[in-house]
Amino acid sequence: MSSYHIQGTTGDWEVVIGLEVHAQVVSKSKLFSGAAASFGAEPNTQVSLVDAAMPGMLPVPNAECIRQAVRTGLAINAQINRWSRFDRKNYFYADLPQGYQISQLYHPLVGEGHLDIEADEKAGIASDKRIGVERIHVEQDAGKLMHDQHPTRSYVDLNRSGVALMEIVSRPDMASPAEAGAYLRKLRAILRYVGSCDGNMEEGSMRADVNVSVRRPGDPLGTRTETKNVNSVRFVMQAIEHEANRQVDVIESGGKIVQETRLFNPDTGTTRSMRSKEDAHDYRYFPDPDLLPLELTEAFVADCLASLPELPDAKRTRYVETLGISAYNAAVLTAEVETARWFEALLAEGAEAKQAANWVMSELFGALNRLGASIENCPVTPAQAAELLTLVTDGTLSGSLAKQVFEKMLETGDAAGVIVEREGLKQTSDTGAIEAVIAEILEKNPGQLEQYRSGKEALFGFFVGQTMKAMAGKANPQVVNDLLKKALS
Amino acid sequence: MTILTDLGIAALRDGVAKGEFSARDVALAFNDAVAGAKALNAFIVETPDHALAAADAADKDRASGTLKPLSGVPIGMKDLFATQGVQTTAASHMLEGFTPQYESTVSGNLWRAGAGMLGKLNLDQFAMGSSNETSFFGNVISPWRRNNGDTTALAPGGSSGGSSSAIAARIVPGATGTDTGGSIRQPAAFTGISGIKPTYGRCSRWGVVAFASSLDQAGPMARDVRDCAILLENMAGFDAKDATSLNLPVPNWEAGLSASLKGKKVGIPKEYRVDGMPAEIEALWEQGINWLKDAGAEIVDVSLPHTKYALPAYYIIAPAEASSNLARYDGVRYGLRDLPDGANLQDMYAATRAAGFGAEVKRRILIGTYVLSAGFYDAYYTQAQKVRTLIARDFDRAWESCDLLLTPTAPSAAFGLGEKSADPLAMYLNDVFTVPTSLAGLPAMSVPGGLDAQGLPLGLQIIGKALDEQSVLNAGLAIEERAGFAARPGKWW
Repeated sequence: MSSYHIQGTTGDWEVVIGLEVHAQVVSKSKLFSGAAASFGAEPNTQVSLVDAAMPGMLPVPNAECIRQAVRTGLAINAQINRWSRFDRKNYFYADLPQGYQISQLYHPLVGEGHLDIEADEKAGIASDKRIGVERIHVEQDAGKLMHDQHPTRSYVDLNRSGVALMEIVSRPDMASPAEAGAYLRKLRAILRYVGSCDGNMEEGSMRADVNVSVRRPGDPLGTRTETKNVNSVRFVMQAIEHEANRQVDVIESGGKIVQETRLFNPDTGTTRSMRSKEDAHDYRYFPDPDLLPLELTEAFVADCLASLPELPDAKRTRYVETLGISAYNAAVLTAEVETARWFEALLAEGAEAKQAANWVMSELFGALNRLGASIENCPVTPAQAAELLTLVTDGTLSGSLAKQVFEKMLETGDAAGVIVEREGLKQTSDTGAIEAVIAEILEKNPGQLEQYRSGKEALFGFFVGQTMKAMAGKANPQVVNDLLKKALS
Repeated sequence: MTILTDLGIAALRDGVAKGEFSARDVALAFNDAVAGAKALNAFIVETPDHALAAADAADKDRASGTLKPLSGVPIGMKDLFATQGVQTTAASHMLEGFTPQYESTVSGNLWRAGAGMLGKLNLDQFAMGSSNETSFFGNVISPWRRNNGDTTALAPGGSSGGSSSAIAARIVPGATGTDTGGSIRQPAAFTGISGIKPTYGRCSRWGVVAFASSLDQAGPMARDVRDCAILLENMAGFDAKDATSLNLPVPNWEAGLSASLKGKKVGIPKEYRVDGMPAEIEALWEQGINWLKDAGAEIVDVSLPHTKYALPAYYIIAPAEASSNLARYDGVRYGLRDLPDGANLQDMYAATRAAGFGAEVKRRILIGTYVLSAGFYDAYYTQAQKVRTLIARDFDRAWESCDLLLTPTAPSAAFGLGEKSADPLAMYLNDVFTVPTSLAGLPAMSVPGGLDAQGLPLGLQIIGKALDEQSVLNAGLAIEERAGFAARPGKWW
């Protein structure tokens, strides 16, 4: 159980959270038209006659969008409804050319499913938790109004009009902002693994409606509010925090929560009322008569299932159990599909799993951090990294030399082997040379030698350091250790 | 000397093919007839150049031996079909001046088959009406008049009233219609011509201004059954742009025509004997039964027990769909925009839709909005859908004992303009015999059977099984041959 409670003036309150996530389906064309669905095009350049709702135009379902939604459903262990249907949600707005949105109210494509979030002590998630998903349905996005183009007029951009969205509706199973954040991150990871949504919240390809209510521990559900269109994980957590506290304040000061739609202000981290239930739309949902019911064959569903990649949970388990990677490293490496993909490419180039995991976690992530780069535009390829790691494994480079070589790789883009040759950074295991340097150092430091021999064994590190320094870091540390021990004994 | 405008589609096609006359002469003759019939108000836009261009192409094709199925045949196009570069209004102020950049699939099919367009035919606004009195562009007048010297302007039926009037007046040899609850069959009956609504899904709805999507179906109207078969063959066909289009080959209906009904059973549904139906219509129905017997059919009595619920269910489902389909006419992107000074978006919607829609369209939008509203949905829309299922089941049961059904097309002959326009319910009753087939998506045809005592045409309706247009056409032909309907309106326009 979550330990998250809001401390009111009259006692503790539990928070109950459900999320409706709108995820834009990755597809070349829109849900019911052939127009392109890419982001960032000039206004009104990706609009077909259907998207503009010209007289007599008809929607035709795009099989790829349906396939992506089914794959998503399978990835969250959900029921795939072999028979589903599209409904019209009727309302007037200038960004909605048809005067209705084609959605699925009565018979969604995907039914009950779930995903698991992991325990996270730091975030206050005490144990692993299963979050239910009530349904996923597919629907059309609306266009966009632009109010900043003209002093008295608004402009309409229909590029998004008709783009396919999945609405992923969770059960009210989350009890803290942290759990909601973990759910969103996990869902986003799964969507990106599956490839059904790019999860890009800044560009609006994923956004959440946040349902929040509060109650006394053990009481039935309270009245909820819905905060619309929140577009980052952090904002979702902020919105919940603010909204739950606001509700507690209202109730404790004798007020009642109104079921209403609210808006989140990212600048202040607060929510405000948008419209109450009284002036809520009557959407007059009814089955879209332009479309036949959607019937899926077993072969189609089987094909969707077969097309799924290994998903984050399965991958994490395999990394730990088969590759022997630590639980923490495995969790980090599998959290984002790009990281896992990069890491597995590194293994495919011959790198050893544990060594590779450690190197990615420390060296690569460190470098990316410094450079402000992400794994998608990583300046080194997995093949180049594998070459570097092989040079460590075969003894050519020590750990510290490998760091130097990696820096040069990032600077120049050259291969590790080329840098080692050019810069002479090769580690030496030449015992004659090392012995000569050791002899010289012992001779130069008679005092230390005296102390060591009289029992101050901690000075061993001093001699190692001096030797390595004299050899410009290129001596094989193991060989230095062995030879020093011999010389000092 | 042949009067070219007296010829039907088959005769024009064959005459051009044989070189008896040129396609250009045909087009010129019909263009003249159209230009001379303004009093009928059958056209919203005349397109003589389109007809001439198609005719010239036909004459060229004849010279090179590459004639197409409709080479040399000019037709009228109901102004519900989007025609590229030619104003398409659905007879509404809302779309006055709207010129599509696209061609509807059905009209495109016809042009590809070689047909030419004489113009865009008037209709009830957004195809809502049974008398062609709801057009923003004025009433269409039937060429028919009562035989008692009364010059009352008569309704050509609706919504395809421009089509029926123009064909009956012989200013076009054939035309497209659309039928949502009877809009091809009832006007055909009122004007002594033939018209067939094919099985739902035979003709693409793409590019046809939508009224009620689950019911709308295009079909041909012409002087006789053969001409209907020819036109339908060139209108129908699978269209991937319409999700409800049937992916089936188009039969060769003309070649399959046969007036022999040996081995066919024709059902007579007892529920179609409605109170107050004129005796002349009863008598014609009886006559029709005898004609079909004569053609070799066996007559059986059948029951369609839910018939009486069809009209109320239709007037819930069709307005419900219409209220949503017509939401796109909002003044934002095309068509009429009424933007009063200082108006906000809601004001613009209200002003635009108040000015752009006629009274009947508004009535149906209001009905449709009401029946879909929270709290009323189950009582109206859900219930109506159940009735629709029961009506389809009635027909399925009937097909266990027969192949076709014979009924009157409409409960009356043409009435005078204005006689029923004040009473929507009386107007809606016109569709009582045609609506059940629309709800079931079945093919149905009206053919002229005779004249009533006032000299006005009466039609008989033949209803067939889904996809069996051929049997419908054949029964129509059997009646046509026996009825020998040769009456035509005297020219007064």
